[in-house]
Amino acid sequence: MLRILAKIQRIGIVTEPVPPTIDPILAEVGEQLKAHIGEHFSGSLAIREVDTGSCNGCELEINALNNPWYGIERYGVHFVASPRHADLLLVTGPVSRHMEEAVRRTYAATPEPRLVIAVGACGADGGEFGTSYASRGAVANVIPVDAVIRGCPPTPLDLMRGILEAIGKRA
Amino acid sequence: MTARIPFAAFIDRLAEAGVAVEIPATPPPAPARVIVVANDDWGRLGQEANDWGCRWAAGWGEDLDDVLRINACFEQAGAYLLARTTVTRLHPMLPSHTPYYPAADRPERHTQDMFGVAFSDHPDARRWTRHRAWKSSEYPLRRDFPVAGRPPAQTQADHQYRFLAAHGSGVYEIPVGPVHAGIIEPGHFRFQAVGETVLNLEERLGYTHKGTEKIAEGRDAAGLARLAGRVSGDSTVAHAWAACMAMERAAGLTPPPRAVWLRALMCERERVANHLGDIGAIVNDVGFAFGFYQFGRLRESWQRVSNTAFGHRFMMDRIVPGGVATDLETGFIATMRAEAAALRQQVGRLMAILYDSPSLTNRLLGAGVLTPEQASTLGCMGYVGRASSLYFDVRRDAPYPPYDRLKAKGVLHHTGDVNARVRVRHEEILAALDLIEALLAGLPGGAIRGDWPTPAGGAEGIGIVEGWRGEIISYVRFDDAGRIARFFPRDPSWTTWPALEVLIHDNIVPDFPVCNKSVNGSYSGEDL
Repeated sequence: MLRILAKIQRIGIVTEPVPPTIDPILAEVGEQLKAHIGEHFSGSLAIREVDTGSCNGCELEINALNNPWYGIERYGVHFVASPRHADLLLVTGPVSRHMEEAVRRTYAATPEPRLVIAVGACGADGGEFGTSYASRGAVANVIPVDAVIRGCPPTPLDLMRGILEAIGKRA
Repeated sequence: MTARIPFAAFIDRLAEAGVAVEIPATPPPAPARVIVVANDDWGRLGQEANDWGCRWAAGWGEDLDDVLRINACFEQAGAYLLARTTVTRLHPMLPSHTPYYPAADRPERHTQDMFGVAFSDHPDARRWTRHRAWKSSEYPLRRDFPVAGRPPAQTQADHQYRFLAAHGSGVYEIPVGPVHAGIIEPGHFRFQAVGETVLNLEERLGYTHKGTEKIAEGRDAAGLARLAGRVSGDSTVAHAWAACMAMERAAGLTPPPRAVWLRALMCERERVANHLGDIGAIVNDVGFAFGFYQFGRLRESWQRVSNTAFGHRFMMDRIVPGGVATDLETGFIATMRAEAAALRQQVGRLMAILYDSPSLTNRLLGAGVLTPEQASTLGCMGYVGRASSLYFDVRRDAPYPPYDRLKAKGVLHHTGDVNARVRVRHEEILAALDLIEALLAGLPGGAIRGDWPTPAGGAEGIGIVEGWRGEIISYVRFDDAGRIARFFPRDPSWTTWPALEVLIHDNIVPDFPVCNKSVNGSYSGEDL
């Protein structure tokens, strides 16, 4: 236990102040978002992530939002286990036909008002997989989509920026 | 003397057993040796190969217009044997290898769903990859099946799949997925439990099936490399390497030395990144958040260096046919050396804390045991195999450049539990850091990419690479226009998903997440 405490103290906090070298706008948007979430979401925006057929690259980067560098919870954004608890669906694609019904039901289970963001090149337009006998391509081909975050995969910073913008549009 | 040629004695044995073996005159898809047997003898071949101690490594079908060709790839002592047979379209029936090799179970059912080949004595005739996006009378990988298919306007849920049922007082069922609670891929798990104890787990995968094999057809070499890099995003480097290796062998192109050293450097970086993430995620699944944040921190800084050095956090699309797309600036050699030394120290200190935390080790020791016999029967390798006494590593046992000039330190554990799979990952990080230092020290100069030639029609190759999960086997055949006629990537997850079903027996339901994470199969890599 002492070693754990010593390690924690030695490492200190590595959570980055939203890095001005990468995107000076982000710090500003972050503060706006925090204020917005405070006002409209009682300080907490709940996200349900749905993989509808991705290669898992997007999932790795979405997971990274929870690592101490990004620490997305500091903006009041957190990931929940059920669509019934969610304000926003973060959907990666392409939507495989085998996941089509599952994502429809997930969407139906999300209380209104709800936001849907399609994530990644595949979620945006089908990406490398397109549409086929097995794939419906873009998330928007299956459920209504409010915003798109492109990239293969989008970096954690792209994701943060995209979430903040989608929330801002709705405000 | 014949014993020096791989499989010569086995081929003699087959002849003695009355299996007529033909060795085709056309050059085999390197590096495998090829035999052709009659379809009636296919089951006997499986039986003999099992008796001979071969591992059933991969199986796939091909549509050659007049006939369907079925392949089974065996491995023994680092040598590969590709066995082939054909069936007619009118009577696509073949004996199964599954009675001798449980590892062949799902691959054969995949071939059944995709090509319409019936395996006569397969113990489980249920569909595997197919849900309800296409009809049971349609076979997507047959050449007369259009890429667009003839799907229903809206594909319904696959609710008629017959799961194994358990009866008895106190027995209950837990259905999980396809949408899971965490930020992970979709799949369905069906548990039967009594109290907290898991009686049985049955997996139902195929949810991320997105037609990878079908849409590979007709692509050019560069397009296939991009697609291979998305078979499983966490293994983008290894899959792209295996596919490019297969294409280069088919085309007779040897990539320049600097290119293969850079490929290995990226592949070892991918291994380190994933193992770091996995260790953090495994300990997090038993509530050890400290480890999650510490290893998440290390993984993130590691990926950032990958990004600045190679221009992508996962090094996606950096391996291209003929070489690599990005050279390494000299300055990064010193950066990466310092990074490796620092990481070795950090991992050492953190693992000392993890191993010294009784509340953690109490959950990891003895959880999710996969015995060496079970692992061997299922054809496991990679970190799952190496935690259960199976030493196989392509880099050492079937070395390909540059590993033929490097020494990968072997890692082996025997207890087969979650703890062993954590230890293997820890030690493999250290071994990979040694390799990275050796790669940086010996990095040759020169070109990073050779000119891509148009391969001959029908040219084929197999690429075999040790990815971070284990052995990846990638088969490629070109058509007369130099485009892809067939692509089959065999991710290690084909062998580790069945292992999860076995190792979870008699564990408690709340230990499923940590057992699952310790195996960490790729859904996308198997569903294709």
